[in-house]
Amino acid sequence: MAVTVSPERDVVATPVQRAFREALYAAAIALGLFVLFIGLKTDQNISNELILVQRWGLLAIVVIATAVGRFLYVGYAQPAMERAKAQKAAAPAAAATAPGFIRRNFNQIGVAVLLLYPVAIVLLFGFQGSLKWVDNFGIQILIYVMLAWGLNIVIGLAGLLDLGYVAFYAVGAYAYALLGTHFGLSFWILLPAAGLMAAFWGVMLGFPVLRLRGDYLAIVTLAFGEIIRLVIINWREVTNGSAGISGIPKVSFFGLMSFNVSDPNYIAKVLGIAQSGAYYKIFLYYLILGLCFLTAFVTIRLRRLPVGRAWEALREDEIACRSLGINTTTTKLTAFATGAMFGGFAGSFFAARQGFVSPESFVFLESAIILAIVVLGGMGSLGGIAVAALVMIGGTEILRELDFLKAVFGPDFTPELYRMLLFGMAMVIVMLWKPRGFVGSREPTAFLKERRAVSGSFTKEGHG
Amino acid sequence: MNASPSMNDIILQVEHLSMKFGGLVAIGDLSFQAKRGEITALIGPNGAGKTTVFNCITGFYKPSEGMITLNRRDGSTYLLERLPNHEIPARAKVARTFQNIRLFSGMTLLENLLVAQHNKLMKASGYTMLGLFGFSSYRKASAESIDLARHWLEKANLVDRADDPAGDLPYGAQRRLEIARAMCTGPELLCLDEPAAGLNPKESAALNALLMDIRDTTSILLIEHDMSVVMQISDHVVVLEYGRKISDGSPQSVRTDPRVIAAYLGVDDEEVETVLTEVGDEDVIEQLDIGPDAAHGPGTSSSFLAGPVTDTIGHSEGERVTVSKGASKAGQVDAKANAAPRKPAERATAKPAGSTAKPRGGRK
Amino acid sequence: MQYFVQQLINGLTLGSIYGLIAIGYTMVYGIIGMINFAHGDIFMVGAFAALIVFLILGAMFYSVPIVIALLIMMIVAMLLTSLYNWTIEKVAYRPLRGSFRLAPLITAIGMSIVLSNFVQVTQGPRNKPIPPLVSKVYTIEGVSVSLKQIIIVLVTAILLAIFWYLVNKTSLGRAQRACEQDRKMAALLGVDVDRTISITFIMGAALAAVAGTLFLMYYGVVVFSDGFVPGVKAFTAAVLGGIGSLPGAVLGGLLIGFIESMWSAYFSIDYKDVAAFSILAIVLIFLPSGILGRPEVEKV
Repeated sequence: MAVTVSPERDVVATPVQRAFREALYAAAIALGLFVLFIGLKTDQNISNELILVQRWGLLAIVVIATAVGRFLYVGYAQPAMERAKAQKAAAPAAAATAPGFIRRNFNQIGVAVLLLYPVAIVLLFGFQGSLKWVDNFGIQILIYVMLAWGLNIVIGLAGLLDLGYVAFYAVGAYAYALLGTHFGLSFWILLPAAGLMAAFWGVMLGFPVLRLRGDYLAIVTLAFGEIIRLVIINWREVTNGSAGISGIPKVSFFGLMSFNVSDPNYIAKVLGIAQSGAYYKIFLYYLILGLCFLTAFVTIRLRRLPVGRAWEALREDEIACRSLGINTTTTKLTAFATGAMFGGFAGSFFAARQGFVSPESFVFLESAIILAIVVLGGMGSLGGIAVAALVMIGGTEILRELDFLKAVFGPDFTPELYRMLLFGMAMVIVMLWKPRGFVGSREPTAFLKERRAVSGSFTKEGHG
Repeated sequence: MNASPSMNDIILQVEHLSMKFGGLVAIGDLSFQAKRGEITALIGPNGAGKTTVFNCITGFYKPSEGMITLNRRDGSTYLLERLPNHEIPARAKVARTFQNIRLFSGMTLLENLLVAQHNKLMKASGYTMLGLFGFSSYRKASAESIDLARHWLEKANLVDRADDPAGDLPYGAQRRLEIARAMCTGPELLCLDEPAAGLNPKESAALNALLMDIRDTTSILLIEHDMSVVMQISDHVVVLEYGRKISDGSPQSVRTDPRVIAAYLGVDDEEVETVLTEVGDEDVIEQLDIGPDAAHGPGTSSSFLAGPVTDTIGHSEGERVTVSKGASKAGQVDAKANAAPRKPAERATAKPAGSTAKPRGGRK
Repeated sequence: MQYFVQQLINGLTLGSIYGLIAIGYTMVYGIIGMINFAHGDIFMVGAFAALIVFLILGAMFYSVPIVIALLIMMIVAMLLTSLYNWTIEKVAYRPLRGSFRLAPLITAIGMSIVLSNFVQVTQGPRNKPIPPLVSKVYTIEGVSVSLKQIIIVLVTAILLAIFWYLVNKTSLGRAQRACEQDRKMAALLGVDVDRTISITFIMGAALAAVAGTLFLMYYGVVVFSDGFVPGVKAFTAAVLGGIGSLPGAVLGGLLIGFIESMWSAYFSIDYKDVAAFSILAIVLIFLPSGILGRPEVEKV
């Protein structure tokens, strides 16, 4: 963690001296911060009373590590970065003219990788071995990609800060869970129904909050998300409260084949292949991939339609929009509804994939993660958001897999515990490093002569 | 001017317009007309309420009192004070620009002009549905809209920069782009709020050329500070001071109007006093205090002319207006004029008898 | 009637705690226009610091007068949380000041995640119960008032008085209000803006730490995830009262406290949070800038 202590005071000091002093400051601050929390640990003894366990050694390690880190950062990393920056500034033309092959064909390569991913995994690990990779990494990340792309419409395009997006995800999930278990309706009917229901709730939320701006809008959407979750928890007759709903039917292969082993049209029986749970996971992977592509397609199309342009114009300047005859009320509502609809799709997919939903999955943290992915990726940029989802969700999923760390830190070490801690740190660090996200520029929706990306410094972020 | 009689009708009629912010009367009983095919200029010193008039006409403010009638070329008539904000450009075909330029700075010039054609394109895209599935009817409308945008980019001399972000343009070009964008809504009346402010002479000339071009198809209502620009291009001038109309007529007649000269050059307060005392009429001073506003009833008793104390009020446009008793230079001249045998000045100050029956502003 | 008065007292207690946290939100918002999402977790850190100090005191001395113990807990918690908030502001918010508006919001959410998980990792995920610190209860005409509640309301009142004095009567407060109006101009006139903002964060954290200590004393238990719900409620309170307005934060806190206790008493305890959030939404529909907030005038 970098702590800057008035650098202008030490113009005369050499970098190493300066780094040394900064390291001392950092150590002092770290000592202050951690003395109670790392030096001591509250624990319960056998008679259930709280006692303190002393860990001064650990405290010393952390403080020294902070100091060393600061020393290296100020003494070596910072000057190196400044030199690199200066070099880049000296030769800007070379970097600008030659984007690499990967950069130029980023989208095509991305699509190809996504399509081939399960095939490659099956080839590498076999059907059984592929389960974890397809499910935990593939499907999990793609759900977040879809959610983030849905939220991107509301925040990235229309500039409306929505902190309760997870509510629509919940509406979609519960719509499928309830209608699927009680009425036995098929996923293929309930998917659009769940989307419509979420869109309806998007409009319901949209109406009262249209007049609100900025942070008032943020808190009301947050409150709305919490209201939906609390209602789900407390309306036990319908939602089964915190216990959740289980036994949610699986998705069928477009009604032709089933993934339930007991059904007569079980896929392995129909096709005459060995039984495996992997078929369902692979099918789900392609399903969510298809839904993602749908989201991307619709977003790209909408941006080139008047409604999408109106969203972006709304983000840039609402008053100017009104002076041009744009009905800002309906424009905002369509943004809310469209974003919510994709949230609803993702929700019903989530319910089908898990086979179980409970309010636990729809806490504010989820909204925050989705929002973080949108902002880290670069608002409005589909590619950037996908990369952000890959890094943030994939990165934390990998932590589950790092069993070898147990050999280093001892058998009590559980990397999963540190998952969210590292996630939070990554959020902060990425934001400090790239405040506008991975892709800060904006792709124009129409052009006269040539399409040139608009630098992020011109785009606004909306105030609503 | 040179237009045929059918073009010479009235496009905008403002009657007894009043706008109050709390105790401050930003506009008091303003009436004027704008003729089709002309450039009508609204001038006046700082804080005279010109932008407030614009905001009332374009629906950003709902006037406290008064009626604003717009007659479209096809004969339909709209009461602007009753229309919701966004329907004024959409249905009544009134477009405007802003004193502090409001462009979509992160969008390209072309996109800015396409956003301005929103309603037309929305219809063509079947309210998104047809467009989403790529129907040809939308593609055709889309191509036409780009053509219209190119047309106005050419007129504004910005076609070379069509694919640059609007925020990247120099100031003068931003002004022209904002006008081009307003023109893309297909307006019959274009309201320009200080288009020449902050422009250098070259940019100013380019702007004048653009405006003369626009006048062929669209009537213009113009707020301007700079008298030289006004005199050069406008056909008709309305002069405001402290929310009242003090003069109305051709540029020449306005230029020689003593009240306008007083408002702009400022007559020394002492000088007015001496004039008044020379006339020796205490009633005049009284009259000045009550003002011509008495007919308005108690609601306006705190208006600047009648208001007994100095009042500083945060104007919602960010300007601060300080109003004090007898501050109106033109009012003083009026008072002088009134003290003498009443002259045409009455037109500006006295109120028609029917004013009590004026329509209300409606929704707030 | 007694029942009603009883609920009024409960609401006042709860509202005092919310109000103390809400001030931190509203001050930071007022001065740099940012929602400090980590503030709820700062409150939780304060409660934990108080807990650890309490345990140290218990381990080192056999009996400490409870007033002194509370005072020490409060002061250490204030110092420690101030250090936390100061560091967070420097590390995560200051570099982003003046850039993209959502960037500090995201780092604040990140910091909130970091803080709660840091406490979880270092102190364990379990509830941390302590024996009751103060257990005296007075009964006046059928209405029972516990000493705990009296302490909470009293401490809150004293702190608010000090705080009001600081903001309205000192040069520091003047600097803060100047930065709130126009940071650039304040800097031009010689106000050290960075320092003023740092102090604002420290003040907010100190109040949150007091709220945390009081929370620990009142409920006798704290857990790493305790920052979220009071944090969101306090934020709601700040918005309800009109974010940026200090009396508004206190008023909003009290309102949320009253709504919650009344709703649990007369309707259903399950839906008390739903009621609080719904009332927020309804109030904002009619008063888009909160109860005491300055109405935002649309500049055309």
